[in-house]
Amino acid sequence: MSCLTILQGTVCPLASDDVDTDQIIPARFLKATTKEAIGEGLFADWAQVPGFPTRDERFSGAPFLFVGRNFGCGSSREHAAWALAQNGFRVVIARSFADIFRQNCLKNGILPLPLSDGDHESLHAFLLADPIAQVCLDLPAATLTFGSFEAKFALEPFAKRCLVEGVDELGYILSRIALVQAWEVQFES
Amino acid sequence: MRARTLLEKIWEGHVVSQEDDAPAILYVDLHLVHEVTSPQAFSGLRAKGLRVRRPERTKATMDHSVPTIARHKLSVIDSKGDAQLAELDANCKEFGVELWREGHARQGIVHVVGPELGLTHPGSTIVCGDSHTATHGAFGALAFGIGTTEVEHVLATQCLLQRKPKSLAIEVDGRLQDGVTAKDLILAIIAKIGVGGATGHVIEYRGEAIEALSMEERMTVCNMSIEAGARAGMTAPDEKTFAWLEGRPFAPKGAEWERALTRWKTCFSDEGAHFDAMMRIDASLLSPMITFGTTPGMGMPIDGRIPNPESLPDKSDRKALEKALAYMGFAADEAMLGKPVDVVFIGSCTNGRLSDLREAAGVFAGRRVAPGVQTLVVPGSRSVKLAAEAEGLDQIFLTAGAEWREPGCSMCLGMNGDNVPAGRLSVSTSNRNFEGRQGPGARTLLASPRTAAASAVTGVVTDARSLS
Repeated sequence: MSCLTILQGTVCPLASDDVDTDQIIPARFLKATTKEAIGEGLFADWAQVPGFPTRDERFSGAPFLFVGRNFGCGSSREHAAWALAQNGFRVVIARSFADIFRQNCLKNGILPLPLSDGDHESLHAFLLADPIAQVCLDLPAATLTFGSFEAKFALEPFAKRCLVEGVDELGYILSRIALVQAWEVQFES
Repeated sequence: MRARTLLEKIWEGHVVSQEDDAPAILYVDLHLVHEVTSPQAFSGLRAKGLRVRRPERTKATMDHSVPTIARHKLSVIDSKGDAQLAELDANCKEFGVELWREGHARQGIVHVVGPELGLTHPGSTIVCGDSHTATHGAFGALAFGIGTTEVEHVLATQCLLQRKPKSLAIEVDGRLQDGVTAKDLILAIIAKIGVGGATGHVIEYRGEAIEALSMEERMTVCNMSIEAGARAGMTAPDEKTFAWLEGRPFAPKGAEWERALTRWKTCFSDEGAHFDAMMRIDASLLSPMITFGTTPGMGMPIDGRIPNPESLPDKSDRKALEKALAYMGFAADEAMLGKPVDVVFIGSCTNGRLSDLREAAGVFAGRRVAPGVQTLVVPGSRSVKLAAEAEGLDQIFLTAGAEWREPGCSMCLGMNGDNVPAGRLSVSTSNRNFEGRQGPGARTLLASPRTAAASAVTGVVTDARSLS
């Protein structure tokens, strides 16, 4: 997984609220046994509408996805995060995220970036004025810059470290497996 | 000693280690696996040369992709779905995990079979690559859904990295009226707090109405916690819980049962324990509920009228409702009662247990499904199927003109070919009414088994209490 520190690019604007993972990737794309080509299912039903942002050439290659509140609610399918990653998204900017989806993003090198309602509205206005304007993420400083505006966002230190340094969570637990064994000896009845 | 919530007791009892500025390493007692969210996790183990660390703490079943039409009657073979089932079979053999294959006496929807086999224990931690894992919280377990990367973590280490969730107490006062079910209660709760209202929290359902519920009903309530955004939902175990578990195949036996009981009886929130958030609801004021939109939070009393977007103060809520009504083909201020129904689905991890089928059969007995309404009754597990057949429920469904299927997730998410056709309206006892959830273009109304059955026999959205 590649590290994420400074990232500049365009923003694919979806803006919708309460987007569930059945929209991000419908169930018929979950019959895979590998992660290969999962990205083809991204927003498969919505993308059939002409002009849908993920199929709009202006946003082709955009590393940022801009959405509303409670993004990724519903099913735990990690396919949603895989599909986003395979379509080049590294950052999802939202007012809020559903818990499991947020974790799935972090596990796949995608930053779930929460903005306050005010900052979210400012970014929305900024993108409406110039849809192909670039924004800049500084993850170590936890800021998102657009135009002359700098928005701060919150991210727990461990998640930041994992994204910035590419820390492998499984490796983290495995390196402490002796503690797990000790716990089992003490508490397993 | 400090007063603690049930969540805190389970959490503190399972933290293996907690370093500064890092999530806790949380021990997982039981890991449930199905075919859809596990193949990439097993591949990950293989690629890293890892084994399943504690195979006896992992159990697998087949549910999402299994056909619900008997194999010998299948006209179309779903080769992708079958490949996924075969992959789970091969993975479980290679890694030494016990699997209940399609057709096995213990096979069924993962959240139906866990409890009915007695795998779900009070005070334990349970995870599964499935967001409806909260179902198991009905037994006083901390049970939550995880992604496939986390499935791999649990397979490899029996642990997860987790931040401690916040706690939300939902006090349900009074008693549900006759004809109002656990499904109506949870739909009313979600309508009240919204689909993101419990994000970051574990809900503890408490109070008189919850204590009065059966174990099956508590499972229905806990099951849909995720639909309010909650990490998990739970109810404290009581004598009903212990009686329900005793004698089940994986419940402790003999002296171990006595030791377990002593431990389980400490699984409650202490008097005066602090919850991060609280909410109250009066069960006696509730009616049967139905959804009208494209999130489970868009629900209302069945005899009410669809809200008008203009009446909503929040701009996001307004936009969401307008979008939902456009998709559903409904207008503001319309009644839901009397809307023509095309499909009725009775089943799922929310309402696919024996008690749910009995409720539905009570409505179907002596009645016929209305012409043109496809009605599927899908038991949650093979054991539910056999029990229902032993008491003749299958004959009631078949005589009424409904289809009696093999166990699985079926039309809840339509991965196995059980789909609602585009544009058609279904009344479904499942848990999600998202756009296209039951098939591309499908329109879904969530309701209880009684409401679903009543709507099947009249052919229109019907309050079961109005049937003579």
